[in-house]
Amino acid sequence: MEILFLEAGGILGFLSQPWHWAVSGAAIALSLALLNWMGRSLGVSMVFKDICALAGAGKKFEFFKVDIKDEYWRMAFVLGIVAGGYLAAQFLSSPDPVAISGATIAHLKDWNIEYFVTAEEGSGLFNTQVFNFKNIGGIVLAVFGGFFVGFGSRYADGCTSGHAISGLAHLQKPSLLTVIGFFIGGLTMTWLILPLIF
Amino acid sequence: MMKIVSFFIVGIFFGVILIKSEAASWFRIIEMFRFESFHMYGIIGTAVVLGAGLIYLMKKYRVKTLEGKEVSYTPMKLNPTRHLLAGGIFGLGWAITGSCPGPMFALLGNGFLFALIFLVSATLGTFVYGVVKDKLPH
Repeated sequence: MEILFLEAGGILGFLSQPWHWAVSGAAIALSLALLNWMGRSLGVSMVFKDICALAGAGKKFEFFKVDIKDEYWRMAFVLGIVAGGYLAAQFLSSPDPVAISGATIAHLKDWNIEYFVTAEEGSGLFNTQVFNFKNIGGIVLAVFGGFFVGFGSRYADGCTSGHAISGLAHLQKPSLLTVIGFFIGGLTMTWLILPLIF
Repeated sequence: MMKIVSFFIVGIFFGVILIKSEAASWFRIIEMFRFESFHMYGIIGTAVVLGAGLIYLMKKYRVKTLEGKEVSYTPMKLNPTRHLLAGGIFGLGWAITGSCPGPMFALLGNGFLFALIFLVSATLGTFVYGVVKDKLPH
């Protein structure tokens, strides 16, 4: 029993290290293939439409008339993502903070954003300096950002998982154009707009 | 019920990946848009190349899905204006929040309750799209 326990600890410890990008990419490809084998296409953002439908938006707007039974799998999948995030925090959190490049850390200093490395401050996973409930500016920014993500992903008919992973893996031209759009928007925000805000 | 549970389990797997890959990190996304590390490009590139390979093989060998059909994909109607415009709007939000929809949920589970603000706002954005969609190019 004790040996078993030690073994499990060893595996958890092994998985807790920061993952190499190739390992992460392969794991994502595997989940994509798994979902396809289960008869579904990878996609997260549609769940926002499901939430609107559940809240009754379909009564007034045709777009939100969704056969919700067809979407149960996605809701289960998304709840799984939340649970996965929880388990990762409980059992697989890295001993070291996210190792972003020195160039980025130096640049963030110009924006007066500190790179926080302790677990309480987010270990580099989350920008807790800007995004916390006490910072009104951060809340406003988050509302705009979240709104663009929700509006854009539905207009694009998919988000990063649906287009940048699934669509590209299915060699879809619309997905390639959408991903180019993701970068046009992201680069504009990072290089032109955020410098005016921070 | 078994089916629902199996999708929940794949979700757990995906959520763990989003956190452990650091794709859910605000800092990684800014770093990506500033071209200061290969990390995110490596993740997406590997996922797409391997994913395309796996899907090619599943199609070639006509692997049956659990529902007894062959792997298929319903293509979108090509409309470059729409794809670039919609993608652009999404990109603006991705760079601000540092998270796309999957990571928003993973971060919430990871203990960052603030991600709720992203999620509520994204739901609102989706709702507004549904209301004004007929006025946009499709």
